[in-house]
Amino acid sequence: MSEPILEIEGLSKIYPGGLKALDSVDLSIRKGEIFALLGPNGAGKTTLIGAVCGLVRPTGGTIRAFGHDLAHDWRAARRRIGLVPQEMATDMFEPVIRTVNYSRGLFGLAPDPAKIEEILRSLSLWGRKDEQIRNLSGGMKRRVLIAKALAHEPELLFLDEPTAGVDVELRKDMWRQIGALRAEGVTVILTTHYIEEAEEMADRVGIIDKGRLLMVDEKAKMMARLGRTEALFTLAAPLSQLPAVLADYPVELEKDGRVLIYRGGDGTGKGKAEVAQVSKALVAAGVDYTGIDVHESSLEDIFVQLIDRDKVAA
Amino acid sequence: MSGFNAGFNGRGAWSIFTFELLRFLRTAFQSVLAPVLTTSLYFIVFGAAIGSQMPDLGGVDYGAFIIPGLLMLTLLGETTSNASFGIYMPRFTGTIYELLSAPVGTAETLLGFVGAAAVKSLILAAIILATARLFVDYSIAHPLLALVYIVLVAAAFALFGFILGIWADGFEKLGIIPMLFLTPLTFLGGTFYSIDMLPKPWDTIALFNPIVYLVSGLRWAFFGTSDVSFGLSLGITVGFLALCVVVIAFIFRTGWRLRT
Repeated sequence: MSEPILEIEGLSKIYPGGLKALDSVDLSIRKGEIFALLGPNGAGKTTLIGAVCGLVRPTGGTIRAFGHDLAHDWRAARRRIGLVPQEMATDMFEPVIRTVNYSRGLFGLAPDPAKIEEILRSLSLWGRKDEQIRNLSGGMKRRVLIAKALAHEPELLFLDEPTAGVDVELRKDMWRQIGALRAEGVTVILTTHYIEEAEEMADRVGIIDKGRLLMVDEKAKMMARLGRTEALFTLAAPLSQLPAVLADYPVELEKDGRVLIYRGGDGTGKGKAEVAQVSKALVAAGVDYTGIDVHESSLEDIFVQLIDRDKVAA
Repeated sequence: MSGFNAGFNGRGAWSIFTFELLRFLRTAFQSVLAPVLTTSLYFIVFGAAIGSQMPDLGGVDYGAFIIPGLLMLTLLGETTSNASFGIYMPRFTGTIYELLSAPVGTAETLLGFVGAAAVKSLILAAIILATARLFVDYSIAHPLLALVYIVLVAAAFALFGFILGIWADGFEKLGIIPMLFLTPLTFLGGTFYSIDMLPKPWDTIALFNPIVYLVSGLRWAFFGTSDVSFGLSLGITVGFLALCVVVIAFIFRTGWRLRT
């Protein structure tokens, strides 16, 4: 899981109008991992993917995929990379199977009906293989885009907002598909607006804003480093000051002493354990409470926190 | 992964070529019927109705005389349109992402798109010649040269159409060049008459129309008679083809209108 298959160094993209879409991005992707790139609209996610896939001409920096420099040895690298674009771009009047076969050939592979059938079956498209794409629903069209991207059996797959605009059931189905790809050893880089998606699937997460990569880390480590537990104890009677037994805990009184709030932990369970200790300490100190509301910060909280911090810094 | 060559991606070029050709066959009814119908009308009006009143031109029956011009009229218009649509539609629908992210370069893209457009035109040319046979009796003086010349013109205007399809940022622009330039220039390029028939100074002015050389070249291959020398016509055709190749090479090198 540690061998890098994509190495990006100092990647920049400045559009003719002066917009800096990517600002010296460094990123290394390991073989076999699922990497989620999170960021608000216009953060540079699609530009980053476009630069790797040949849709965007970088202004500066280097990209190496599978050891090949993409500026010079792009044919060998592109052969092993697949892309599912964000936009629903399809040949509307073509039958599903023809457009998927076309994709395989385009990437230099000999026809393989058995492989194409396997891909279409795995995406529940086999029964509609002869239908024109325009007759399919939005979700099915998105599956066609995935089938096209998988037709040449890529080792590195980019999914740009793969579940945008699809219903919950299909989204879960796609998560299963992505999980199956990982099991086959395919490295997946996905961008998403659904933080839940990254939380569910990603091994590592990168947060990008205004073209700068703010943080890249393993999801668990990121949660441990930035995750927090928040517990609200509704007290039976207001307190004027904190009990001495709680001096070592990150607690404070709010709402005129009627609520005691714990904010701490690191996303690994330490917070929950401390909340239990605080509750015992309150009982031991004779402080009665009528309710506890515990909340673990999600990846979304961390994402919002980082983006907000970036805004303040700017 | 087997079968992939680290250099030229032959399968990629073949895939584009066959995909484009199948697209043409899907719309074969309109792609073939419209030019056949138009050409038939020209033959009925200019060949049978008016042509019967016209004297031979350079020893060639008027009905036969207009065949190379009519062939060129269809060839230029259809080849340019087919090639421009071939590349414009992926740009318009967004499916160009796949082409740009695939291991295909300038050569594969051109062989695929331009090759398919040129082959479509050759099919059309064969159909038009067969249609002409229904109206006029004719024979081709230099069949091999005629074939080579038609292939060259089809390739040159397929390249030109490809450039047009990349340049255009809307359907209007896509139609402007064939409609406002190619068709009028072909009509004025000796399709229905010999340049010698024009009064002065129009016979000299006509020589500034590049289409004159294309029609004249094909007419020489058909009947051994022409307004300008075949060598000059061939040179201008090859020169135009080379110019288009240079422009396309620039487009791919800079990514103009293809990559952001």
